[in-house]
Order: sequence, then C-alpha cells, then structure tokens
Amino acid sequence: MKREMTGAKMVVQALKDQGVDTVFGYPGGAVLPIYDEIFLQNDIRHILVRHEQGAVHAAEGYARSTGKPGVVLVTSGPGATNAVTGLTDALLDSIPLVVLTGQVPTFMIGSDAFQEADTVGITRPCTKHNWLVKDTDKLAGTLHEAFHVATSGRPGPVLIDIPKDVQFATGPYSGPKPAASHYQPPVKGDMEEITELVAAMETAKRPVFYTGGGVINSGPGASQLLRELVDATGFPVTSTLMGLGAYPASGENWLGMLGMHGLYEANMAMHDCDLMINIGARFDDRITGRIDAFSPKSLKAHIDIDPSSINKVIRVDIPIVGDVGHVLEDLLKVWKARGRKTNKEALAKWQAKIADWRKVNCLAYKPSEGTIKPQYALQRLEELTKGHDRYVCTEVGQHQMWAAQFLGFEDPNRWMTSGGLGTMGYGFPASIGVQMAHPDALVINVAGEASWLMNMQELGTAAQYRLPVKQFILNNERLGMVRQWQELLHGERYSHSWSEALPDFVKLAEAFGAKGILCTDPKDLDDAIMEMINHDGPVVFDCLVEKHENCFPMIPSGKPHNEMLLGDAETQGAIQAGGAVLV
Amino acid sequence: MSALHIKKGASKHSAYNLRPTFSDVQERHTLALLVENEPGVLARVIGLFSGRGYNIESLTVAEVDHTGHLSRITVVTTGTPQVIEQIKAQLGRIISVREVHDLTVEGPSVERELAILKVVSDGDKRVEALRLADIFRANVVDSTLESFIFEITGAPEKIDAFAELMRPLGLAEIARTGVAALLRGS
Repeated sequence: MKREMTGAKMVVQALKDQGVDTVFGYPGGAVLPIYDEIFLQNDIRHILVRHEQGAVHAAEGYARSTGKPGVVLVTSGPGATNAVTGLTDALLDSIPLVVLTGQVPTFMIGSDAFQEADTVGITRPCTKHNWLVKDTDKLAGTLHEAFHVATSGRPGPVLIDIPKDVQFATGPYSGPKPAASHYQPPVKGDMEEITELVAAMETAKRPVFYTGGGVINSGPGASQLLRELVDATGFPVTSTLMGLGAYPASGENWLGMLGMHGLYEANMAMHDCDLMINIGARFDDRITGRIDAFSPKSLKAHIDIDPSSINKVIRVDIPIVGDVGHVLEDLLKVWKARGRKTNKEALAKWQAKIADWRKVNCLAYKPSEGTIKPQYALQRLEELTKGHDRYVCTEVGQHQMWAAQFLGFEDPNRWMTSGGLGTMGYGFPASIGVQMAHPDALVINVAGEASWLMNMQELGTAAQYRLPVKQFILNNERLGMVRQWQELLHGERYSHSWSEALPDFVKLAEAFGAKGILCTDPKDLDDAIMEMINHDGPVVFDCLVEKHENCFPMIPSGKPHNEMLLGDAETQGAIQAGGAVLV
Repeated sequence: MSALHIKKGASKHSAYNLRPTFSDVQERHTLALLVENEPGVLARVIGLFSGRGYNIESLTVAEVDHTGHLSRITVVTTGTPQVIEQIKAQLGRIISVREVHDLTVEGPSVERELAILKVVSDGDKRVEALRLADIFRANVVDSTLESFIFEITGAPEKIDAFAELMRPLGLAEIARTGVAALLRGS
C-alpha cells in the first residue's frame, strides 16, 4: 500500500518499519525537517551525541552488541565528514550501519553552498554502498534497500545522502520488500568443498580452528554450531581479536587469542598445525606475521561469505564461500553422516603438545606491590565482574591487547573493539551505544588515557542520558603501544609519545556530573573496582598503572609465529629470577 | 624454544611490508562488467582500481540496455594471476556491479578499438599517408589541403602499428576509444 508523505516523514516511517528503536545523531541545517519528524513521534529514541564521530561509534557499539544495524543521523558538510572515521571503522570490521546525512538542496549542489560537501564522493571508499537521493519518489525504496545491503552478505556501513528539498517534497511511501533487491549474496557453501574439508578433518593429525568476526556476524546460531563442532571433534580453537566470545573462554579446547599479541599456545598451534580451518577470519597481517613463513606445513580451508577474502593474502586449499552458520550446519551434517570420525590417536598427541606450550605461561608478568600493573588491574576487573551481565568495549593500544588477553568472553556480542582500523576514541562512544541497547547490563570501556581523551566529549552524552557506563582507564601517562615500539624498534627515542598536560580525571568526571575514582595502589584496587560497579551512573575510573610496561607476547612484525617475543629483553634477567616468564 | 632477541633500536622491520609472494608472472586480462547505470558507478570501479593499487590499461563505458539502465564497462588490466583473481572478486563486491566476466579466461573473444588520427603534411608524405591508410582500411573522415583525419578500427595492436607508421608522416593528434570486447560464438 502506498501513502503520500514528505521525504522527512518517510525517513522516520522507514526506520520504524525496519524495527529501529534507537538513532544516534546530531542536528544541523540540512536535516532539520527530519529532526522535526523525530520530535513529533515517540517510537524511536534519538540519542544526542557531542560529536558525529561519537554517533557512528555509538551505533557500532549498538550493532555489535545486538546484531542489529546501527542507525546514525547527521547533517551535511562537517556532520558528514566527521562521520568518515566511524564509517571506515565499520567497513573494516564488517559492522552493519545505516548512516543518514542531510545535504544542501538539489538545486544548490555543486555551488559550494554553506555546509556543502561531496558526501557520496567522500564516503564512496569507506561505505559498502552509498546513495544520493535526488527524487523523493525514490527515497522509500532507497531507505529499505540500504537496510538490506547493510545487513546482507558481509555486513557493512551504508550511507544515504538526502538533500533538504527532497526531505520537504512529498512522494509515495511503501514498506520493505527485500526480495525485490538485486543484491542477494549466496549463503550456502559448496557441498563438494564442505565434504572435502570433512575428509581432511577425519585424518588430520594436528588440526586447529582459526575463527574470526564472521562467526559473530553470522548470528548466535553460528556460535552455537561452532561450539558443537569444537566439542564434538575435540579440535583446539583459537580466535582473532574480532571473534572473541564465539567459543567460550572457559571451554576446554580454547587456545586463547592468536596474532601479534596473541597467546603462545595459539600461535604455535597455528604454526605447527597440519590442518587449518579458518572460519570467518581474513588472514589479517596482525594474524599472519611473515606471509612466506605462515603455517608452512598445513592444509588450509577458508570459510568466508566474501569471495574477495579467499586467496587475498594466504593461498588456501579448500575455499568455501558462504555464511558461517549455513556452512557449519552442513559441515556438521556431513561429518556426522560419515560416522563422526577423527584421528583420535594423533589428536591426543597434538593436545599433549599444546599442553606443553600452555606451560610456558606466556601471559605471566612481573608482579608489583607498589604500583598497579595493568595486567593485574585487568585480572582483578575480570575476577570482580565475570559473574555480571557484562559487555566490554576498548579503545586501541596496549590496554586493548591486555583486555583481550586477560578478560574471558563466554558469549558472542559481548566484546566491542576496533580491530581492523584501530581507531583510538572508539571505545567510549561504543560503550554508550551498548548501554543504550542493554540498559541493565554492566558496560565497561577498558581504555588508555590517550585514546579516551580522543572522544571524551561523550561524557556529556553519558551524563545527559544517565548511562551508567564504566570508563576503566589504565593511565600510564603514555601512548603505551607507540612507546613500546619506540623502545623496541626506534632506539628508545620516545618521540611525542606522552602528554605533559593530562587532566585530573576525577575533576573532569565531576565537571560533567559523573563520578570520578582515582586508584594508585594495588591494595585499594578491589574496593575501588567494587565502588565503580556499584555506582548507579557513569564512572570515570582513573587507574594509575606502571608507566613502562610492555605488552607481551609479541610477534615482531615481519616474523613468523614461532619467533614470538615473550618478555622484555631489558627486564629478562629480573623476570627469569622471578620465574614468571620463560623466554 | 626459539625466542627472538630483538636488539633495541636495531630492527628495520616494518609492520606493513608483508606482501605475499605467490607468482610474479604478469598477465593481461580483458574484463567485461555489466553495471547499473547509476550516478557514480564509474567512480566506484575506478576508485577500486586506484584505491587498491591495480592497473588500468584501457577502459570503456556506455549504456547498453536503455530500459534496464545497464552499462557495459570493458576494462583491460594487468597483474599476477592472484591479483587478477582479487580484482574480479573486488569488482564483484560492488553493489552496482551485476556481472563480472573475464573474457581472457572465458574466451576466445573479439577485441576492437576505434581511433581517429590527424595527420598534417604535404607532398609525398601526404600521398604515403593515404596509401598506408588504404592498406590498414582506415577511412578519411575529414580532409583539408594540409591535413587528413583518419578513422581506424581494429585490435589495439593494429592501431598501435598504424599510429607508429603515421608518426614520421605528420601525425599531429590521436584519440582512442579504448577496447570494446565480446566473447566469440553464441
């Protein structure tokens, strides 16, 4: 049924018909008609952020923690350009977003009008697809197509640029018809290739599952199937940063995260395996290390919904293009039908070898009684929060890697981090988006002080909506990861990797009406964390940690997995004396 | 255990120098794309090539289905087999791209290009230019007492050869359309 309405009303109607309950945005001249329509209804909540980048990251947090697309509404020109970092972040991490931007009226496009920018031109390389709608008659169809494209196949961000006159003009509105779209990526994998993989699994002596964000994106059913497959076969499983939570950290076959700062046992298993089963990961350079020395002895299978991921970096032997959930379902069926075979004898030996690697205890660090070690802070955070209905976001840097190493994730959609783009400033707004979607959950943003300052203006948003997000800042007064690289690779010349003018975070929190907690002594840490958890409102937790701690293990770039650096060369002697780290 | 002892400040390792080394044989492929003729579709295709560092040797585009608003883009590119595969997969990801065909693989195909060349000369050179044009089946589409404009159609190599011959005979300007290609047979 078609109804006549203004373009602005169509936008709000389409959002309702798509089941959208929350929009993150910031008004401006070119989107005022849409904001007018938002004012006139109560079905969709609009969250006013303090910067458009914050709106996009908040929508990402919402999307990652719910599996639903995140929606953003911003104005033309600077509103749109401020959204670019978030769009790129969502593109690299395959997060479904629908971003709506206002544009100057069609008759002014190209005239360098006030707040005019070539938004579709600027965002073409950082969206999965984008549209400039010049005719109100085409607006409804485009809005529904945008949701279809963002959420089908490999998810990603899309953008619709809507000139102001198109918002004012009237046209026909009709509801969603996803089947009408030309974009219908196949989800079923090729049965021949799936059978080939099953045959390889039946005889493999040293198999490993290497899982990624694709498992999470495929939905909770895919995580369930992965668990069934891992538990039934007894194969060890590791995951990328993006895939944490698909298989539970408490599971007995769990190896921990792999990659540059991944666990020793995970990386060694990847290097020495004879069958690598990549499920929804993309052989990112943080994972592979040196390409020509990457897992030299293995047969490689790769399950991915995006054909361009196959053979992009690593040549694979069994490529399976399809949705993880669908492929795992077929894989399990075939494996069961053929008699649930595995090479049990060899597998026992492989597990024994992995047990030896685990004994290396690669996450050990030198404890301290006087200063808070960042690893210790995260261990205590894990201990005191793991029973909660918990969601964790991070910023980017050392704290992010430590969080991935020391926090355990039992379920998918509980871990929000900027993996591909590595966007400092991601975590705080993302935590706001997560808290909006899960009002009663414990939402923690593990941050570094430098990253956190990049989008600290969102403290205003958290305060306005009384969002009890916990900002757990591991404050080393340094750009820790930059400092670490400068120490290891640039002759300890610490060029611009610290700030001499950090704010008093407690006072800063209080200035926004939030709670601030300062913790400097390991002995006070537990009480301080409990105080943070129990406070019903936003908290900025300033945890002063060891300033020169390095993040290990580390595969130095350009090195293969079996050449991990397990401890700081400078402190090797001391660490060995403590028996904490084997190098 | 093979621990790595990094000497501080001594390493030249870059995090970003990790290009794979599969096969380094450069191949030339002609790709035919059927795309929705919407504003910006050409920018999407060209942006993919420039953004990901692929080569474009030749590119032609025109609407071929006016009712369905479909355009055909013929692009000639070079790269290793892995790069060619990646280009096709990346093109296939573009939402506006309906079909990707590798005519070099699906072939054999017919490739044609049209060029117009202005030759400015007099006397014997002018006669020789006309004689060679006849051999190459090039048509004269404009003529003054000092100049000819020739129109020539053929494979790109034929046009290269003709242009090379015209150079000493007063070639002043050349405009080429780029390659259009179709698979042979039905």
